[in-house]
Amino acid sequence: MSVSALELHDVHKSFGRHEVLRGIDLEVAEHEVVCLIGASGSGKSTLLRCVNLLEPIDAGRIVVGGEEVTGRGVDVNRVRRRIGIVFQAFNLFPHMSVLRNVTLAPIHALGKSRGEAEREARALLERFGLGGRAGDYPDRLSGGQQQRVAIVRALAMRPDLMLLDEVTSALDPELVAEVLQVIRELAAGGMTMVIATHEMSFARDIADRVCFLDDGVILEQGPPERILSEPTEPRTRQFLERILAAGRM
Amino acid sequence: MTAGGEGGRAVAIALVSTVVVFTALGLLITHAPGWPEVRRTFFDWAEFKASMPEIARAFLLNVKMFCIAEGFILVIALLLAVLRSLPSPVFFPLRALAIVYADFFRGVPTILVIALLGFGAPALQLKHVPLSTTFWGIVALVLVYTAYVSEVYRAGIESVHPSQEAAARSLGLTRGQALRHVVLPQAVRRVVPPLLNDFIGLQKDTALVGFLGSVEAFKQSQIDAAATFNYTAFLAAAVLFVALTIPLARLTDWLIARDRRRRQTARVA
Repeated sequence: MSVSALELHDVHKSFGRHEVLRGIDLEVAEHEVVCLIGASGSGKSTLLRCVNLLEPIDAGRIVVGGEEVTGRGVDVNRVRRRIGIVFQAFNLFPHMSVLRNVTLAPIHALGKSRGEAEREARALLERFGLGGRAGDYPDRLSGGQQQRVAIVRALAMRPDLMLLDEVTSALDPELVAEVLQVIRELAAGGMTMVIATHEMSFARDIADRVCFLDDGVILEQGPPERILSEPTEPRTRQFLERILAAGRM
Repeated sequence: MTAGGEGGRAVAIALVSTVVVFTALGLLITHAPGWPEVRRTFFDWAEFKASMPEIARAFLLNVKMFCIAEGFILVIALLLAVLRSLPSPVFFPLRALAIVYADFFRGVPTILVIALLGFGAPALQLKHVPLSTTFWGIVALVLVYTAYVSEVYRAGIESVHPSQEAAARSLGLTRGQALRHVVLPQAVRRVVPPLLNDFIGLQKDTALVGFLGSVEAFKQSQIDAAATFNYTAFLAAAVLFVALTIPLARLTDWLIARDRRRRQTARVA
């Protein structure tokens, strides 16, 4: 039996009195691409942040690559090195060049030599069409380029799992495609990914499975054709109708 | 062409109004009844030249005190600011202490701290503790200015958005590494102008150490004035202080202007 890349068992998370995750169960196989859809505030981002241990959970268990990461005495830094996360707002380090952004963690968290880290970083940047940008500072780049750098920065850690948190939501429409193309390449390369997204056609394209989050629970999940075309839950249908009305599908 | 013309006219107006104001001020002062007496005691060129070399030598002590104090302040204040930014409840006692420290030393007049330490500490007659007034003067300046500068640093640290630390931590960097490589470099860069401002204040406040008897520029000019019954020596000391602070003040202005320009271009982009 192969080990799942990621398992969530009855995960609960509250901010103050507001319970954002109300018992999430999710299993992601290796090389699987799972898209999380749902309205803003349904808990997609919180779920991803919990997996990366940026938010401590209140109850439940999270298992990454067969190892429970929510237990006591777990080295969070070691766990995070295996999990890449990319944020909606890029969060590049503005005081560092693109190359330094990408090499910072490999050098300081993995202990790689500067030379080795830079060689690998340049190769990754080249692969994603950013070869000429290594020396630039983030504010010289377009939003799409910045987000691609953020993806490369996460990939430089050679993670087993990538979490993408609405990575195209802050982009101008004409810049969305280049970022989605990068994600498609990652999927084609067999990267295990959990993707929170509002791009339904992209989810249909890329996902092995779509999960509809509603009010802190996974209300419905399955292959994208079924969830996006013939959802069984009325809430899912309502959500998709609203998306359709907004012209996002 | 039009813009240049308008700019030229603005310069002309500024020039004329400056000349008018300063001429009026000059006439007012030089026609005051006490002017001949004031000119004799404060603006005696011969006295100025005679006292300058000794005051300039004494001024080197100000520069020395300033440089030593500044080095310590930059480091200790940063440590203090980092301490105050630690969220863990374990550090609460340290945070509380840091707050009391900042409140106390920003509240007490610098001259009082200098007097208390300069006269009090040597009186303890502890072994291996220097008796030099200059030493205790520097310690007092470090204590007072560290309180100010740590607040400046703290404001800088708080101005860095939490998402920056989250991004660093998400890559597997430790809290210390995130602080060192991501948060502090951005924080310090943002507070350079207010830091320089505090250092202009520090440069001037080295004169307060003269109160303890250390012969720095102000004390030396006091000695000269007492010996000659002429206050021109103070003018000489003032000229030296101004000569040192003006470059720093202009540098601060330039940095603030550059920062503003950058933020504006960033917004346009």
